[in-house]
Amino acid sequence: MKPLRILFRSISSAFKSVFRNLSLSLASLSCIVITLIIVSVAITFSSNVNNITKKIEGDLTIVTFVKSETEETKIKEIEENLKVLPNIESVSFISKDAVKEEMKEENDTYKKIIEDWQEGENPLDSYFLITVKNIDDIGETAATIKNLEGVDAVNYGEGLVEELVSVFNMIKNAMIITVAALVFVTAFLISNTIKITIYSRRSEIDIMRLVGTSNTVIKLPFIFEGLFLGAIGSIIPILATIYSYVFLYDKLGGIFFNPILPMIEPYNFVFKVSLALLVIGSIVGMFGSYKAVRKYLKI
Amino acid sequence: MSFIELKNVYKVYKNGVTAVADVNINIKKGDFVFIIGQTACGKSSLIKLLYREERPTKGQVIVGGINVAKLKNNRVYKLRRKIGIVFQDYKLLPKLTVYENVAFVLQSYGYKEADIKPRVIDALTRVGLKEKLRSFPNELSGGEQQRVCIARAIVNKPKVLVCDEPTGNLDATTSKEIMNVIDSINKELGTTIIMATHDQDIVNRMKKRVIALKDGMLIGDWEKGSYKLDEAA
Repeated sequence: MKPLRILFRSISSAFKSVFRNLSLSLASLSCIVITLIIVSVAITFSSNVNNITKKIEGDLTIVTFVKSETEETKIKEIEENLKVLPNIESVSFISKDAVKEEMKEENDTYKKIIEDWQEGENPLDSYFLITVKNIDDIGETAATIKNLEGVDAVNYGEGLVEELVSVFNMIKNAMIITVAALVFVTAFLISNTIKITIYSRRSEIDIMRLVGTSNTVIKLPFIFEGLFLGAIGSIIPILATIYSYVFLYDKLGGIFFNPILPMIEPYNFVFKVSLALLVIGSIVGMFGSYKAVRKYLKI
Repeated sequence: MSFIELKNVYKVYKNGVTAVADVNINIKKGDFVFIIGQTACGKSSLIKLLYREERPTKGQVIVGGINVAKLKNNRVYKLRRKIGIVFQDYKLLPKLTVYENVAFVLQSYGYKEADIKPRVIDALTRVGLKEKLRSFPNELSGGEQQRVCIARAIVNKPKVLVCDEPTGNLDATTSKEIMNVIDSINKELGTTIIMATHDQDIVNRMKKRVIALKDGMLIGDWEKGSYKLDEAA
Protein backbone atom coordinates (compact mmCIF):
# COMPACT_ATOMS: atom_id res chain seq x y z
CA MET A 1 0.00 0.00 0.00
CA LYS A 2 2.76 2.41 0.99
CA PRO A 3 4.90 1.88 -2.14
CA LEU A 4 1.78 2.29 -4.26
CA ARG A 5 0.94 5.53 -2.49
CA ILE A 6 4.47 6.82 -3.07
CA LEU A 7 4.30 5.79 -6.73
CA PHE A 8 0.98 7.53 -7.23
CA ARG A 9 2.20 10.70 -5.48
CA SER A 10 5.35 10.68 -7.62
CA ILE A 11 3.31 10.51 -10.80
CA SER A 12 0.98 13.29 -9.75
CA SER A 13 3.85 15.47 -8.54
CA ALA A 14 5.73 14.85 -11.81
CA PHE A 15 2.67 15.88 -13.75
CA LYS A 16 2.23 19.06 -11.71
CA SER A 17 5.89 19.89 -12.03
CA VAL A 18 5.74 19.81 -15.84
CA PHE A 19 3.26 22.68 -15.66
CA ARG A 20 4.76 24.48 -12.65
CA ASN A 21 8.08 24.76 -14.45
CA LEU A 22 6.47 25.46 -17.79
CA SER A 23 9.25 27.45 -19.45
CA LEU A 24 11.86 24.83 -18.62
CA SER A 25 9.51 22.06 -19.70
CA LEU A 26 9.03 23.84 -23.02
CA ALA A 27 12.79 24.10 -23.49
CA SER A 28 13.18 20.36 -22.90
CA LEU A 29 10.18 19.63 -25.10
CA SER A 30 11.41 21.60 -28.10
CA CYS A 31 14.78 19.89 -27.85
CA ILE A 32 13.08 16.50 -27.77
CA VAL A 33 10.78 17.40 -30.68
CA ILE A 34 13.61 18.53 -32.95
CA THR A 35 15.92 15.63 -32.26
CA LEU A 36 13.14 13.05 -32.56
CA ILE A 37 12.14 14.49 -35.96
CA ILE A 38 15.71 13.98 -37.15
CA VAL A 39 15.71 10.46 -35.73
CA SER A 40 12.40 9.79 -37.47
CA VAL A 41 13.78 10.90 -40.85
CA ALA A 42 16.80 8.67 -40.35
CA ILE A 43 14.70 5.66 -39.39
CA THR A 44 12.25 6.15 -42.26
CA PHE A 45 15.00 6.57 -44.82
CA SER A 46 17.12 3.66 -43.61
CA SER A 47 14.10 1.34 -43.40
CA ASN A 48 13.25 2.14 -47.00
CA VAL A 49 16.79 1.61 -48.23
CA ASN A 50 16.91 -1.62 -46.31
CA ASN A 51 13.60 -2.70 -47.80
CA ILE A 52 14.86 -2.05 -51.32
CA THR A 53 18.12 -3.92 -50.83
CA LYS A 54 16.22 -6.83 -49.29
CA LYS A 55 13.88 -6.93 -52.24
CA ILE A 56 16.66 -6.81 -54.81
CA GLU A 57 18.61 -9.44 -52.92
CA GLY A 58 15.51 -11.61 -52.82
CA ASP A 59 15.27 -11.40 -56.60
CA LEU A 60 18.79 -12.68 -57.12
CA THR A 61 18.73 -16.32 -58.19
CA ILE A 62 21.13 -19.02 -59.32
CA VAL A 63 19.97 -20.46 -62.62
CA THR A 64 21.08 -24.08 -62.86
CA PHE A 65 20.70 -25.77 -66.25
CA VAL A 66 20.43 -29.51 -66.57
CA LYS A 67 21.46 -31.38 -69.68
CA SER A 68 18.77 -31.56 -72.32
CA GLU A 69 18.44 -35.32 -72.46
CA THR A 70 18.27 -35.88 -68.67
CA GLU A 71 15.48 -38.21 -67.62
CA GLU A 72 12.77 -37.27 -65.21
CA THR A 73 13.97 -39.56 -62.41
CA LYS A 74 17.46 -38.10 -62.74
CA ILE A 75 16.00 -34.59 -62.50
CA LYS A 76 14.21 -35.51 -59.27
CA GLU A 77 17.50 -36.81 -57.95
CA ILE A 78 19.29 -33.57 -58.79
CA GLU A 79 16.52 -31.60 -57.12
CA GLU A 80 16.90 -33.63 -53.94
CA ASN A 81 20.66 -33.12 -54.04
CA LEU A 82 20.16 -29.34 -54.43
CA LYS A 83 17.73 -29.10 -51.55
CA VAL A 84 20.12 -30.60 -49.02
CA LEU A 85 22.93 -28.16 -49.82
CA PRO A 86 23.64 -25.49 -47.23
CA ASN A 87 22.52 -21.89 -47.88
CA ILE A 88 19.62 -22.93 -50.14
CA GLU A 89 16.38 -21.05 -49.55
CA SER A 90 14.18 -22.49 -52.32
CA VAL A 91 14.47 -24.62 -55.41
CA SER A 92 11.96 -24.53 -58.22
CA PHE A 93 12.09 -26.56 -61.39
CA ILE A 94 11.24 -25.12 -64.79
CA SER A 95 10.83 -27.87 -67.39
CA LYS A 96 11.96 -27.35 -70.95
CA ASP A 97 8.32 -27.59 -72.10
CA ALA A 98 7.45 -24.72 -69.83
CA VAL A 99 10.36 -22.76 -71.25
CA LYS A 100 9.06 -23.46 -74.73
CA GLU A 101 5.58 -22.19 -73.86
CA GLU A 102 7.02 -19.16 -72.20
CA MET A 103 9.13 -18.32 -75.22
CA LYS A 104 6.15 -18.67 -77.51
CA GLU A 105 4.36 -16.06 -75.46
CA GLU A 106 7.30 -13.71 -75.40
CA ASN A 107 7.28 -12.52 -79.03
CA ASP A 108 6.19 -13.45 -82.53
CA THR A 109 9.65 -14.26 -83.92
CA TYR A 110 10.24 -16.89 -81.24
CA LYS A 111 6.71 -18.17 -81.81
CA LYS A 112 7.36 -18.65 -85.51
CA ILE A 113 10.64 -20.48 -84.94
CA ILE A 114 9.15 -22.73 -82.32
CA GLU A 115 6.15 -23.57 -84.49
CA ASP A 116 8.59 -24.74 -87.19
CA TRP A 117 9.91 -27.40 -84.80
CA GLN A 118 8.59 -30.92 -85.23
CA GLU A 119 6.05 -32.30 -82.85
CA GLY A 120 7.83 -33.32 -79.65
CA GLU A 121 11.07 -31.65 -80.65
CA ASN A 122 12.57 -29.38 -77.98
CA PRO A 123 16.26 -28.46 -78.02
CA LEU A 124 15.86 -26.16 -75.01
CA ASP A 125 17.27 -26.97 -71.55
CA SER A 126 15.29 -27.41 -68.36
CA TYR A 127 16.60 -25.48 -65.37
CA PHE A 128 16.29 -24.90 -61.64
CA LEU A 129 15.71 -21.47 -60.15
CA ILE A 130 17.49 -21.34 -56.82
CA THR A 131 17.34 -18.61 -54.19
CA VAL A 132 19.88 -18.51 -51.38
CA LYS A 133 19.62 -17.70 -47.70
CA ASN A 134 22.77 -15.61 -47.41
CA ILE A 135 23.48 -13.52 -50.47
CA ASP A 136 27.09 -12.96 -49.38
CA ASP A 137 27.91 -16.62 -50.07
CA ILE A 138 26.14 -16.88 -53.42
CA GLY A 139 29.39 -17.41 -55.37
CA GLU A 140 30.46 -20.32 -53.20
CA THR A 141 27.03 -21.95 -53.44
CA ALA A 142 27.02 -21.59 -57.23
CA ALA A 143 30.41 -23.28 -57.42
CA THR A 144 29.19 -26.21 -55.32
CA ILE A 145 26.12 -26.61 -57.52
CA LYS A 146 28.23 -26.61 -60.65
CA ASN A 147 30.09 -29.69 -59.35
CA LEU A 148 26.90 -31.69 -58.86
CA GLU A 149 26.36 -34.61 -61.20
CA GLY A 150 24.03 -33.88 -64.08
CA VAL A 151 24.36 -30.11 -63.86
CA ASP A 152 25.24 -28.54 -67.18
CA ALA A 153 25.79 -24.84 -66.46
CA VAL A 154 25.29 -22.39 -63.58
CA ASN A 155 24.56 -18.72 -63.94
CA TYR A 156 24.00 -16.13 -61.25
CA GLY A 157 25.34 -12.90 -62.70
CA GLU A 158 28.93 -13.31 -61.52
CA GLY A 159 30.77 -10.10 -60.81
CA LEU A 160 27.75 -7.83 -60.87
CA VAL A 161 26.09 -9.60 -57.96
CA GLU A 162 29.20 -9.46 -55.79
CA GLU A 163 29.52 -5.76 -56.44
CA LEU A 164 25.84 -5.16 -55.71
CA VAL A 165 26.03 -7.11 -52.47
CA SER A 166 29.04 -5.20 -51.22
CA VAL A 167 27.36 -1.86 -52.02
CA PHE A 168 24.22 -2.96 -50.17
CA ASN A 169 26.25 -4.01 -47.15
CA MET A 170 27.98 -0.66 -47.14
CA ILE A 171 24.66 1.20 -47.26
CA LYS A 172 23.24 -0.97 -44.47
CA ASN A 173 26.21 -0.39 -42.20
CA ALA A 174 26.18 3.35 -42.88
CA MET A 175 22.48 3.46 -41.99
CA ILE A 176 22.90 1.54 -38.76
CA ILE A 177 25.75 3.83 -37.70
CA THR A 178 23.75 6.95 -38.61
CA VAL A 179 20.65 5.90 -36.66
CA ALA A 180 22.69 4.77 -33.66
CA ALA A 181 24.66 8.03 -33.64
CA LEU A 182 21.47 10.07 -33.87
CA VAL A 183 19.83 8.20 -31.01
CA PHE A 184 22.97 8.74 -28.96
CA VAL A 185 23.04 12.46 -29.76
CA THR A 186 19.35 12.69 -28.90
CA ALA A 187 19.94 11.01 -25.58
CA PHE A 188 22.78 13.39 -24.85
CA LEU A 189 20.82 16.51 -25.81
CA ILE A 190 17.70 15.54 -23.91
CA SER A 191 19.65 14.52 -20.85
CA ASN A 192 21.54 17.82 -20.90
CA THR A 193 18.39 19.90 -21.20
CA ILE A 194 16.80 17.98 -18.34
CA LYS A 195 19.99 18.51 -16.34
CA ILE A 196 19.50 22.25 -16.69
CA THR A 197 15.90 21.86 -15.55
CA ILE A 198 16.96 19.89 -12.53
CA TYR A 199 19.87 22.20 -11.78
CA SER A 200 17.38 25.02 -11.33
CA ARG A 201 15.54 22.84 -8.83
CA ARG A 202 18.50 21.55 -6.85
CA SER A 203 17.41 23.53 -3.78
CA GLU A 204 14.18 21.56 -3.87
CA ILE A 205 16.16 18.33 -3.97
CA ASP A 206 18.39 19.61 -1.16
CA ILE A 207 15.43 20.38 1.07
CA MET A 208 13.87 16.99 0.42
CA ARG A 209 17.14 15.34 1.38
CA LEU A 210 17.39 17.41 4.55
CA VAL A 211 13.92 16.54 5.80
CA GLY A 212 14.59 12.83 5.45
CA THR A 213 13.06 11.91 2.12
CA SER A 214 14.64 8.72 0.81
CA ASN A 215 16.62 8.93 -2.42
CA THR A 216 14.15 6.72 -4.24
CA VAL A 217 11.25 9.00 -3.36
CA ILE A 218 13.25 12.04 -4.48
CA LYS A 219 14.23 10.41 -7.76
CA LEU A 220 10.85 8.99 -8.76
CA PRO A 221 9.02 12.25 -9.63
CA PHE A 222 11.97 13.43 -11.72
CA ILE A 223 12.13 10.12 -13.56
CA PHE A 224 8.41 10.27 -14.28
CA GLU A 225 8.79 13.86 -15.36
CA GLY A 226 11.46 12.80 -17.86
CA LEU A 227 9.16 10.05 -19.06
CA PHE A 228 6.27 12.50 -19.51
CA LEU A 229 8.43 15.04 -21.32
CA GLY A 230 9.81 12.32 -23.60
CA ALA A 231 6.35 10.92 -24.33
CA ILE A 232 4.74 14.34 -24.87
CA GLY A 233 7.73 15.43 -26.96
CA SER A 234 7.26 12.48 -29.30
CA ILE A 235 3.70 13.49 -30.26
CA ILE A 236 4.67 16.14 -32.82
CA PRO A 237 7.39 14.00 -34.45
CA ILE A 238 4.91 11.10 -34.63
CA LEU A 239 2.23 13.22 -36.32
CA ALA A 240 4.84 14.72 -38.64
CA THR A 241 6.08 11.25 -39.59
CA ILE A 242 2.63 9.84 -40.28
CA TYR A 243 1.37 12.78 -42.33
CA SER A 244 4.53 13.48 -44.30
CA TYR A 245 5.21 9.82 -45.11
CA VAL A 246 1.67 9.20 -46.30
CA PHE A 247 1.80 12.43 -48.30
CA LEU A 248 5.13 11.48 -49.87
CA TYR A 249 3.94 7.94 -50.64
CA ASP A 250 0.88 9.26 -52.46
CA LYS A 251 2.82 11.99 -54.23
CA LEU A 252 5.50 9.59 -55.53
CA GLY A 253 3.02 6.81 -56.23
CA GLY A 254 4.75 4.42 -53.85
CA ILE A 255 8.10 4.33 -55.66
CA PHE A 256 11.33 6.28 -55.59
CA PHE A 257 11.22 7.46 -59.21
CA ASN A 258 11.61 3.91 -60.57
CA PRO A 259 9.54 0.76 -60.07
CA ILE A 260 12.58 -1.24 -58.94
CA LEU A 261 12.86 1.15 -55.97
CA PRO A 262 9.53 0.67 -54.12
CA MET A 263 8.62 2.52 -50.92
CA ILE A 264 7.40 0.64 -47.87
CA GLU A 265 3.59 0.69 -47.62
CA PRO A 266 2.59 3.43 -45.13
CA TYR A 267 0.04 1.36 -43.23
CA ASN A 268 1.78 -0.44 -40.38
CA PHE A 269 5.16 1.05 -41.22
CA VAL A 270 4.32 4.55 -39.93
CA PHE A 271 2.86 3.03 -36.77
CA LYS A 272 6.03 1.05 -36.18
CA VAL A 273 8.12 4.20 -36.62
CA SER A 274 5.74 6.08 -34.28
CA LEU A 275 6.09 3.41 -31.64
CA ALA A 276 9.87 3.55 -31.99
CA LEU A 277 9.80 7.34 -31.52
CA LEU A 278 7.55 7.09 -28.47
CA VAL A 279 9.79 4.47 -26.91
CA ILE A 280 13.02 6.33 -27.73
CA GLY A 281 11.60 9.62 -26.38
CA SER A 282 10.29 8.09 -23.17
CA ILE A 283 13.31 5.99 -22.37
CA VAL A 284 15.80 8.70 -23.21
CA GLY A 285 13.80 11.26 -21.18
CA MET A 286 13.61 8.91 -18.23
CA PHE A 287 17.26 8.01 -18.40
CA GLY A 288 18.32 11.65 -18.82
CA SER A 289 16.38 12.66 -15.71
CA TYR A 290 17.71 9.75 -13.74
CA LYS A 291 21.31 10.60 -14.61
CA ALA A 292 20.83 14.27 -13.81
CA VAL A 293 19.06 13.83 -10.48
CA ARG A 294 21.58 11.26 -9.29
CA LYS A 295 24.23 13.95 -9.44
CA TYR A 296 22.49 15.92 -6.71
CA LEU A 297 21.81 13.00 -4.42
CA LYS A 298 25.41 12.47 -3.43
CA ILE A 299 26.74 14.17 -0.36
CA MET B 1 22.50 7.44 28.93
CA SER B 2 23.45 9.95 26.24
CA PHE B 3 21.15 10.49 23.34
CA ILE B 4 23.83 12.30 21.36
CA GLU B 5 27.47 11.45 21.78
CA LEU B 6 30.52 13.02 20.15
CA LYS B 7 33.86 11.36 20.86
CA ASN B 8 37.15 12.97 19.77
CA VAL B 9 35.51 14.41 16.73
CA TYR B 10 37.59 16.17 14.08
CA LYS B 11 36.39 17.81 10.91
CA VAL B 12 39.06 18.89 8.45
CA TYR B 13 37.90 20.23 5.10
CA LYS B 14 39.62 19.41 1.84
CA ASN B 15 41.20 22.86 1.72
CA GLY B 16 42.98 22.12 4.99
CA VAL B 17 40.76 24.18 7.28
CA THR B 18 40.11 22.46 10.60
CA ALA B 19 36.54 23.32 11.55
CA VAL B 20 36.14 20.99 14.52
CA ALA B 21 39.04 19.70 16.60
CA ASP B 22 38.90 16.99 19.27
CA VAL B 23 35.39 17.76 20.48
CA ASN B 24 33.70 15.57 23.12
CA ILE B 25 30.07 16.21 23.95
CA ASN B 26 27.31 14.16 25.59
CA ILE B 27 23.73 15.29 25.41
CA LYS B 28 20.89 13.59 27.27
CA LYS B 29 17.37 13.12 26.02
CA GLY B 30 15.25 16.21 26.61
CA ASP B 31 18.22 18.54 27.03
CA PHE B 32 18.27 22.09 25.72
CA VAL B 33 21.78 23.00 24.59
CA PHE B 34 23.19 26.18 23.08
CA ILE B 35 26.31 25.99 20.98
CA ILE B 36 27.91 29.41 20.96
CA GLY B 37 30.95 31.06 19.43
CA GLN B 38 32.09 33.70 17.00
CA THR B 39 31.48 33.40 13.29
CA ALA B 40 33.65 30.63 11.79
CA CYS B 41 34.26 28.95 15.14
CA GLY B 42 32.93 25.63 13.90
CA LYS B 43 29.32 25.88 15.16
CA SER B 44 27.74 25.15 11.82
CA SER B 45 30.17 22.35 11.03
CA LEU B 46 29.40 20.73 14.37
CA ILE B 47 25.66 21.01 13.72
CA LYS B 48 26.08 19.59 10.22
CA LEU B 49 27.93 16.59 11.63
CA LEU B 50 24.84 15.77 13.66
CA TYR B 51 22.56 15.40 10.66
CA ARG B 52 25.24 13.97 8.43
CA GLU B 53 25.48 16.87 6.03
CA GLU B 54 29.18 16.51 6.81
CA ARG B 55 31.10 13.41 7.81
CA PRO B 56 33.62 13.59 10.64
CA THR B 57 37.24 13.25 9.49
CA LYS B 58 38.02 11.41 12.73
CA GLY B 59 36.09 10.37 15.81
CA GLN B 60 32.60 9.11 16.51
CA VAL B 61 29.25 10.83 16.20
CA ILE B 62 26.30 8.88 17.55
CA VAL B 63 22.77 10.24 17.34
CA GLY B 64 19.92 8.20 18.82
CA GLY B 65 21.91 4.99 18.44
CA ILE B 66 22.95 5.64 14.83
CA ASN B 67 26.65 5.83 14.08
CA VAL B 68 26.55 8.85 11.81
CA ALA B 69 30.09 8.53 10.46
CA LYS B 70 29.44 5.04 9.12
CA LEU B 71 26.06 5.81 7.61
CA LYS B 72 25.85 5.16 3.87
CA ASN B 73 24.54 7.89 1.57
CA ASN B 74 21.38 6.01 0.71
CA ARG B 75 20.60 5.41 4.43
CA VAL B 76 21.00 9.03 5.54
CA TYR B 77 17.26 9.58 5.33
CA LYS B 78 16.75 7.18 8.25
CA LEU B 79 18.80 9.46 10.48
CA ARG B 80 17.08 12.60 9.22
CA ARG B 81 13.66 11.22 10.07
CA LYS B 82 14.73 11.23 13.72
CA ILE B 83 16.02 14.79 13.53
CA GLY B 84 14.09 17.99 12.86
CA ILE B 85 16.25 20.70 11.33
CA VAL B 86 15.60 24.45 11.60
CA PHE B 87 17.63 26.61 9.23
CA GLN B 88 18.70 30.22 9.38
CA ASP B 89 17.37 30.76 5.85
CA TYR B 90 14.17 28.69 6.44
CA LYS B 91 14.62 26.66 3.20
CA LEU B 92 10.92 26.65 2.29
CA LEU B 93 9.70 25.63 -1.14
CA PRO B 94 8.47 28.88 -2.72
CA LYS B 95 5.88 27.23 -4.95
CA LEU B 96 4.14 25.34 -2.16
CA THR B 97 1.70 26.80 0.36
CA VAL B 98 2.40 26.78 4.11
CA TYR B 99 0.31 23.64 4.52
CA GLU B 100 2.01 21.89 1.58
CA ASN B 101 5.47 22.87 2.81
CA VAL B 102 4.82 21.01 6.05
CA ALA B 103 2.74 18.19 4.59
CA PHE B 104 5.19 17.16 1.86
CA VAL B 105 7.55 15.78 4.50
CA LEU B 106 5.00 13.20 5.63
CA GLN B 107 3.82 12.65 2.08
CA SER B 108 7.34 11.78 1.03
CA TYR B 109 7.51 9.24 3.87
CA GLY B 110 4.44 7.57 2.35
CA TYR B 111 1.91 8.48 5.09
CA LYS B 112 -1.81 8.30 4.38
CA GLU B 113 -3.47 11.64 3.58
CA ALA B 114 -5.90 11.08 6.47
CA ASP B 115 -2.97 10.79 8.91
CA ILE B 116 -1.11 13.73 7.45
CA LYS B 117 -3.73 16.43 7.85
CA PRO B 118 -4.19 16.34 11.65
CA ARG B 119 -0.44 16.20 12.21
CA VAL B 120 0.23 19.16 9.93
CA ILE B 121 -2.54 21.20 11.53
CA ASP B 122 -1.22 20.24 14.96
CA ALA B 123 2.33 21.34 14.08
CA LEU B 124 1.15 24.60 12.55
CA THR B 125 -1.07 25.31 15.55
CA ARG B 126 1.87 24.77 17.86
CA VAL B 127 3.89 27.46 16.04
CA GLY B 128 0.85 29.76 15.85
CA LEU B 129 0.31 29.70 12.08
CA LYS B 130 -3.00 27.90 11.88
CA GLU B 131 -4.57 30.89 10.14
CA LYS B 132 -2.09 31.00 7.25
CA LEU B 133 -2.37 27.50 5.80
CA ARG B 134 -2.99 28.69 2.28
CA SER B 135 -0.39 31.47 2.17
CA PHE B 136 2.76 31.12 0.10
CA PRO B 137 6.15 31.73 1.75
CA ASN B 138 6.71 35.06 -0.04
CA GLU B 139 3.50 36.36 1.55
CA LEU B 140 4.88 35.77 5.04
CA SER B 141 7.21 37.78 7.28
CA GLY B 142 10.62 36.38 8.23
CA GLY B 143 9.37 35.31 11.63
CA GLU B 144 6.39 33.54 10.11
CA GLN B 145 8.58 31.76 7.59
CA GLN B 146 10.78 30.55 10.44
CA ARG B 147 7.66 29.25 12.18
CA VAL B 148 6.78 27.25 9.07
CA CYS B 149 10.30 25.87 9.06
CA ILE B 150 9.90 24.84 12.73
CA ALA B 151 6.50 23.28 12.03
CA ARG B 152 8.05 21.31 9.19
CA ALA B 153 10.86 20.17 11.50
CA ILE B 154 8.52 18.90 14.23
CA VAL B 155 5.71 17.46 12.12
CA ASN B 156 7.26 13.99 12.23
CA LYS B 157 7.66 14.29 16.03
CA PRO B 158 11.45 13.95 16.00
CA LYS B 159 13.46 13.10 19.13
CA VAL B 160 15.81 15.98 18.53
CA LEU B 161 15.51 19.43 16.99
CA VAL B 162 18.70 20.84 15.52
CA CYS B 163 18.63 24.60 14.97
CA ASP B 164 21.36 26.37 13.03
CA GLU B 165 21.14 30.10 13.90
CA PRO B 166 17.33 30.11 13.72
CA THR B 167 17.14 33.76 14.77
CA GLY B 168 20.08 34.91 12.67
CA ASN B 169 17.93 36.82 10.20
CA LEU B 170 15.32 38.12 12.66
CA ASP B 171 14.94 41.21 14.85
CA ALA B 172 15.05 41.00 18.65
CA THR B 173 11.27 40.88 19.24
CA THR B 174 10.66 38.23 16.59
CA SER B 175 13.66 36.25 17.85
CA LYS B 176 12.11 36.19 21.28
CA GLU B 177 8.85 34.82 19.89
CA ILE B 178 10.69 32.13 17.96
CA MET B 179 12.63 31.16 21.09
CA ASN B 180 9.36 30.85 23.01
CA VAL B 181 8.12 28.42 20.36
CA ILE B 182 11.30 26.36 20.53
CA ASP B 183 11.28 26.39 24.33
CA SER B 184 7.68 25.18 24.42
CA ILE B 185 8.55 22.31 22.07
CA ASN B 186 11.32 21.32 24.48
CA LYS B 187 9.06 21.53 27.53
CA GLU B 188 5.82 20.15 26.16
CA LEU B 189 7.05 17.48 23.74
CA GLY B 190 10.29 16.62 25.53
CA THR B 191 12.24 17.14 22.32
CA THR B 192 15.98 17.49 22.71
CA ILE B 193 17.08 20.89 21.38
CA ILE B 194 20.51 21.72 20.04
CA MET B 195 20.83 25.27 18.88
CA ALA B 196 23.80 27.07 17.38
CA THR B 197 23.64 30.82 17.91
CA HIS B 198 25.72 33.91 18.52
CA ASP B 199 22.80 35.86 19.97
CA GLN B 200 23.98 36.83 23.46
CA ASP B 201 20.60 38.10 24.68
CA ILE B 202 18.86 34.83 23.99
CA VAL B 203 21.52 32.70 25.63
CA ASN B 204 21.71 34.91 28.74
CA ARG B 205 17.96 35.05 29.14
CA MET B 206 17.17 31.34 28.70
CA LYS B 207 19.71 29.98 31.20
CA LYS B 208 20.27 26.63 29.51
CA ARG B 209 23.31 24.44 29.03
CA VAL B 210 25.91 26.30 26.98
CA ILE B 211 28.73 24.77 24.95
CA ALA B 212 31.32 27.27 23.73
CA LEU B 213 33.56 26.74 20.72
CA LYS B 214 36.61 28.68 19.59
CA ASP B 215 38.63 27.83 16.48
CA GLY B 216 36.90 24.47 16.35
CA MET B 217 37.84 23.54 19.92
CA LEU B 218 35.58 23.11 22.92
CA ILE B 219 36.41 25.87 25.40
CA GLY B 220 33.51 25.59 27.82
CA ASP B 221 30.49 23.49 28.80
CA TRP B 222 28.27 24.94 31.51
CA GLU B 223 24.88 23.97 32.91
CA LYS B 224 22.60 27.02 33.09
CA GLY B 225 25.35 29.08 31.50
CA SER B 226 25.49 32.43 29.87
CA TYR B 227 27.22 33.82 26.81
CA LYS B 228 30.87 34.06 27.80
CA LEU B 229 33.72 33.30 25.49
CA ASP B 230 36.69 35.11 27.07
CA GLU B 231 36.37 33.83 30.60
CA ALA B 232 36.72 30.23 29.60
CA ALA B 233 39.87 30.64 27.57
